[in-house]
Amino acid sequence: MSTAAFIVISVLTLAGALAAASLPKLIHAALCLVVAFVGIAAFFFLLGAEFVGLVQVFVYVGAVAVLIVFTILLTRRADETTGGFNWVGVVISGAVFAGLLWAILQTPSLSVAVPQIEALTVKRIGEALMTDYIWPLQCVGLLLTAALIGGLILVMEEKR
Amino acid sequence: MSDSFDQIFVRAKQWLLALLPDAPDWVIQVASSLLNIAAVLGTFMMLFALISVLERKILARIQNRYGPNRVGPFGLLQPLADGIKLLIKEDVVPLRADKIIHFIAPIMIAATAILALGVIPYGRNMTPFSIDGGILFFFAVGSATELGVFMAGWGSNNKFSMLGAMRAIAQMVSYELPLIITVLPVIMIVGSLSADAIVAAQEGYVVAGIVPRWFVFTPWGAAAFILFFVSGLVESNRTPFDVPEGESEIVAGHMTEYSGFKYATFFLAEYFGMFAISGLAVTLFLGGWHSPVGILQFIPSYIWFFAKLSILLFVFIWIRGTLPRMRVDHVMGFAWKFMLPMAFTCIIAAAVWHYQRHGLAGWFWSLAVVAIVYLGLSRLVDTKKKFAPRTYRFAE
Repeated sequence: MSTAAFIVISVLTLAGALAAASLPKLIHAALCLVVAFVGIAAFFFLLGAEFVGLVQVFVYVGAVAVLIVFTILLTRRADETTGGFNWVGVVISGAVFAGLLWAILQTPSLSVAVPQIEALTVKRIGEALMTDYIWPLQCVGLLLTAALIGGLILVMEEKR
Repeated sequence: MSDSFDQIFVRAKQWLLALLPDAPDWVIQVASSLLNIAAVLGTFMMLFALISVLERKILARIQNRYGPNRVGPFGLLQPLADGIKLLIKEDVVPLRADKIIHFIAPIMIAATAILALGVIPYGRNMTPFSIDGGILFFFAVGSATELGVFMAGWGSNNKFSMLGAMRAIAQMVSYELPLIITVLPVIMIVGSLSADAIVAAQEGYVVAGIVPRWFVFTPWGAAAFILFFVSGLVESNRTPFDVPEGESEIVAGHMTEYSGFKYATFFLAEYFGMFAISGLAVTLFLGGWHSPVGILQFIPSYIWFFAKLSILLFVFIWIRGTLPRMRVDHVMGFAWKFMLPMAFTCIIAAAVWHYQRHGLAGWFWSLAVVAIVYLGLSRLVDTKKKFAPRTYRFAE
């Protein structure tokens, strides 16, 4: 059951990612990227990490993808001709993939048996965030507030 | 006796699943999910048909006319006629449209609306998709609706569609913030993201067993409920926030280039989104499937849920019949200047209530917090515009 699900999800995710990298129209590529994001969220669900999967959908589909399509919407129109096949990009991405694969195969964790941990509930994540990781959380909050204020200042009308 | 009525649908599902005793585990799982999906879809398709005719009837009553009354008794078979009409209508796709995106957009919007219905507890033991992060799931799939709207606007290759989609996304993104932040106090008090736990936390009665322990009866809960409901109106693009499809300005917004059954799918998605938001409001603030009075607990839980849902849906229709459309910049200003600060206030008020051990003192302190911020904020965002008395020239 889970093997079949794994194969279906990985085929979908890979197809989405490949289409996002190769489709000529930018808007199609952005929407295919959403498929890849949802596929990754499905992987998290398969692994039993419900919360991470939901946040993946929430942040990447709900925010990042909307941001990307909004950017496309506001910047370009009609002229959607892209250059030819980008061989440099293929070489770079191939090198990155090979490097990651090599690093993953070098790590010992693949040969170690799966540790027995209790189910990860939202409550435990909340407790960890509010006790052990309170300072990183506050820093992220500060950063996001700064970004929000920065965005406001950029669009504010200048008074003369 | 009352218990058997309450659990009649749960029993029916168990009985149906018992029909395949020797099946492997995964077949049972798939069958169980399919039964849940069929039940949710069937129920809400019926409710959609009913509400579409009831909305026209109620609007007609408000506008002092008859409304549909030709098809069937009281016009009740009107949705059937409408459905057949929309099915056999020609499906027009603009020549320069992006065909694939134009085709997927209505499916995407309807799918997200249906998915959101899955995590709501409709009765005792009647949650179709019960997961630990149910509320988060609701908002996660809800945020994908924006993509569907964008696809509809972009795929149509029409300036009205594009303008409508931009308006829709802008207001949905803005009102998602107050919508989610008003849910936070409930999650803080309950300490769980699961819809079942939130309903369970609202069980029982206080003040000599008269007032149910629903969150709407606390000051922060009442404020959060109103804010949540208004944000829900915006998220489902209903009047007075239907600027994305303001027909007097931009035809029908992102739905301009859709006809026939695709248009009907948008219509269905709008109503399903309305059901989902109202259902979540019932779950979070109105005690879910709990009965409002102790002695009426013998009435099955799902009847209470759908009664509360119907009341909220009626308010949706009532508002549509009463209020004019807001201007687009006013909608956005309202979100950022009023809704968002009030939503944050609800969190603080809930914290005050919680640390006064949910007692009477906490109730009043929490009321004070909400009232002070509300009055201060009203002063602050008041534009001091004076309106001249309206004169009627012809309608005297």
